[in-house]
Amino acid sequence: MKKFLASLALGFSLLLGGTAAMAQTAPAADVKVTAPAAAPAAAAAVAAPVAVPNKGDTAFMTISTVLVILMTIPGLALFYGGLVRSKNMLSVLMQVFVVSSLIYVLWVIYGYTVAFSGGSPFFGGFDKLFLKGITPDSIAATFSKGVVIPEFTFAAFQATFAAITCALIVGAFAERVRFSAVLLFCAIWFTFSYLPVAHMVWYWDGPDAITDAATLEAVTAAAGWLWAKGALDFAGGTVVHINAAMAGLVGAYVIGKRTGYGKESMAPHSLTLTMVGASLLWVGWFGFNAGSNLEANGVAALAFVNTLVATAAATLSWIAGESLSKGKASMLGAASGAVAGLVAITPACGFVGPMGAIVIGLLAGVLCLWGVNGLKRLLGADDSLDVFGVHGVGGILGALLTGVFAAPSLGGTGIFDYVANAVSPDYSIGGQVLIQFEAVVTTIVWSGVVSYIGYKIVDMVLGLRVSEEDEREGLDISSHGETAYHR
Amino acid sequence: MKLITAIIKPFKLDEVREALSQIGVQGITVTEVKGFGRQKGHTELYRGAEYVVDFLPKVKIEAAVDSEHVDRAIEAIEGAARTGKIGDGKIFVYDLEQVVRIRTGETGPEAL
Repeated sequence: MKKFLASLALGFSLLLGGTAAMAQTAPAADVKVTAPAAAPAAAAAVAAPVAVPNKGDTAFMTISTVLVILMTIPGLALFYGGLVRSKNMLSVLMQVFVVSSLIYVLWVIYGYTVAFSGGSPFFGGFDKLFLKGITPDSIAATFSKGVVIPEFTFAAFQATFAAITCALIVGAFAERVRFSAVLLFCAIWFTFSYLPVAHMVWYWDGPDAITDAATLEAVTAAAGWLWAKGALDFAGGTVVHINAAMAGLVGAYVIGKRTGYGKESMAPHSLTLTMVGASLLWVGWFGFNAGSNLEANGVAALAFVNTLVATAAATLSWIAGESLSKGKASMLGAASGAVAGLVAITPACGFVGPMGAIVIGLLAGVLCLWGVNGLKRLLGADDSLDVFGVHGVGGILGALLTGVFAAPSLGGTGIFDYVANAVSPDYSIGGQVLIQFEAVVTTIVWSGVVSYIGYKIVDMVLGLRVSEEDEREGLDISSHGETAYHR
Repeated sequence: MKLITAIIKPFKLDEVREALSQIGVQGITVTEVKGFGRQKGHTELYRGAEYVVDFLPKVKIEAAVDSEHVDRAIEAIEGAARTGKIGDGKIFVYDLEQVVRIRTGETGPEAL
């Protein structure tokens, strides 16, 4: 218990430290377009008439996209599947598999245009409905002037993010939810929470049009709400992890606890598969994080290294915390620690240096260990597979610490100024952490409200839960008519 | 005829089988079972959830023997299965009314 209190205190002190710093330093008032500090080959590249995708970048992004698909199925599916009882194994595999399939289809129909075309600061428009107007010759901007990738590649890469985010939610209400309810909820939540948050955080028109303060202002004005504020989220701390974790937590409350929760054993049925899943997540996450740079250059390499070391550090700190508090280091602890580290480094991976990544990882391991123990008891919800404890806590920590360790003085890349075509010389840690905090709170509130309404609608239309009898029998047989293992 | 049922530690199965073969027992039936006795279970910890596992895995062996061989069979099992620690198991002996070898139709001690 002491260890939990200590980690709780650590969490609060981090938050308070950030707030104190905010009070001391006024947030940077100027709106600066933020992006990984990729040095453009030459300032003259701005004037290049028509940019053509580089084959290396295109190949890199295609592979990265495939890696994110691998994270979802089978990675996430097995990670979650191993954690449930054997009678519910297939239901979890099915939910992840089918939710991702559903989202891929919705993404090309209306998801892409709502997230990644101009409109309001909160929602995109419908210009690219059904991917209208996108051809093999269409291009999408990256973070470097004059560097582009095929728009189909960009749309496919982003599709995989939407899919894994929705699939992440499944873990919170596993083992008692109605299959059709999962699909309807995910469609609603994807439309009204994933798409707007992705638009707010990530949408901008690219750096190519920026030449002076006026063009910078024009590009910023057309961008998403949080992007324009300067929130840093390299690969999806807010959009993916906090967003999904809130949906999961609200779901765990609304749907209610599993029958027998706290009385019967609900031990994981195969930590072997959970380890396989966590390892596939780790491998796939290199595509997720390095791929978020959108081109194969040094910043992608930085994101790669950070994804390696933050994850390793979090694995070590989770099992160290576990050994000290419970006496034994567990395989589930190592796997959970790795995922916590991956989550926490996600928003930071292209902005912080490797030593900053190690610090983020070490803190993520112990804080998420508290997330699945002390915090879980405080919250009192049956978040079956600890979606909030790992993705919520890790995501919030990572988003806030991105503001700290992106500072050039702490080994970070700082913020790139596309007018001067150089890294901006001023970086205010307090100011940036405040902006990060705004992005975190926006995501928590937005996703929380949308989720609550979404679950209530689904409950009225379909019913969220299976019957108690079906739950006891196991969802594999009662929902899908098959069993995972034959004896 | 007697039916001997013994609950033993799983890793002692091979030794017990060998000991029974040596004294001429022709066949045994083995089942994996769970149970509790004086041996304490253990706790398993999965993230925040702690589960006390009371039922421990054991092996149940059943052997039908001639009445005159019962004592030797019991001795063989005892000798092979004993570690001296709590949890070594128990041996139960029942009267056996009838035995039939299905292939030949033999009955009684000849069917053993």
